Amino acid sequence: MAANPMTQFEVYRIGPEVKIGAFDISFTNASLFMVISTLAILLIFNLGSKKNTIIPNKIQLLAELSYTFVSKMISDTAGTKAKPYFSFIFSLFMFVLFCNMFGMIPYTFTVTSHIIVTFVLAAFIFISVTIIGFIKHGFGYLKLFVPSGVPVVLLPLIVIIEIISYLSRPISLSVRLFANMMAGHTMMKVFGGFVISLGIIGGWLPLTFSVALTGLEILVAFLQAYVFAILTCIYLNDALNLHH
Amino acid sequence: MIKKIFFQLVFFNFFLLRDVFAAESGGMPQLNPEFWISQIFWLTLTFGTLYIILSKLILPKISANLELRKSQIQENIEAAEKQRKESEIKLKEYDEIILKSRLKANDIFKDSREKVIKDINIKKEALDKQIDEEIKKVEKEINQLKETSPEKINKIAIEISSDILKKLIGADVNNSSISAIVNDLLKRNGNKYYGN
Repeated sequence: MAANPMTQFEVYRIGPEVKIGAFDISFTNASLFMVISTLAILLIFNLGSKKNTIIPNKIQLLAELSYTFVSKMISDTAGTKAKPYFSFIFSLFMFVLFCNMFGMIPYTFTVTSHIIVTFVLAAFIFISVTIIGFIKHGFGYLKLFVPSGVPVVLLPLIVIIEIISYLSRPISLSVRLFANMMAGHTMMKVFGGFVISLGIIGGWLPLTFSVALTGLEILVAFLQAYVFAILTCIYLNDALNLHH
Repeated sequence: MIKKIFFQLVFFNFFLLRDVFAAESGGMPQLNPEFWISQIFWLTLTFGTLYIILSKLILPKISANLELRKSQIQENIEAAEKQRKESEIKLKEYDEIILKSRLKANDIFKDSREKVIKDINIKKEALDKQIDEEIKKVEKEINQLKETSPEKINKIAIEISSDILKKLIGADVNNSSISAIVNDLLKRNGNKYYGN
């Protein structure tokens, strides 16, 4: 039987153990791919913004298309008020996208397949959005939990459900990304294992599945980054334009 | 809503499962807290760096590039529009000039034609008058001639008749009888000789 499909998610130290107080902050393979993703993003967008030509070259076009794509996504979901948060959402989208995409290369490590990473991102978004909401609307932000047009009898129930739904946002946001990434990679590993175990005669069927799954996973990698960013925009929209 | 609650349950299940999986070799490495702090630290570091560099250095540049291109294109479009308008105005002016000159030419043509027609008319009238006068004069003369000629002819006829009779008979014939005969003939056949 092939190796355990979960071993690909194992984190191990690269280089010496580094400790600050009681905390272990050693450089690991996860850190390596975070650094690689960051550097790749910075490299591409630096090249894409370096030359300023009226007719863009390929890399400039890529950078500008990404810019307009994210810009349009934000203005569509959160309106013009969300403009100050453009940089953050752009970085978030690109970071998640590149981490997902680097994970698609064989023998690499998928940063976003770790719940702690996605949860930290989601929790940061959740806390920031809540703070922004309270700054913008004061205690009026609590009106978010009281939908208009609800019968008074149902109101206590609705408010409780709204609060639970609000509080589960970071969890749903992080688990969605993490679970998608983990499930996809596990499945690919399992099918890859089948290819080996079924050998030269029977291995072709799982191989075709593996190829098809690679395509699907690349789609999922993009889609999940997009969903992560767009949900952030929607949460931000709630905080900026209180609709209830 | 149900989906969210479901995810929540799944999430808490993971926490519960951690103890189960931790006992096994393998399990879910994601739930092994050994490197959590390290991952949080490196995530903060890398993502923070990414955010700061993107927001301070790269994104403003891209934004400026896009703005510049937009304004440049806008400017070009505006310039083209301006030139188009100018050329339209020029074209209109040109058309107007042509129209004006055509009208002018028409006017000139009409004027000269009228003048010529007037001249012709005047000349024609004068000519007509002259011709009329001439005709009247000639008619008068003819009338005079008409009136006087029978008498003269009578006279000549009488003289010739008397001369012929003298030669034939050898004696003078009374002029008054001859004239009576001639007058009688004239009365009968005069119309044959003088038209009228």
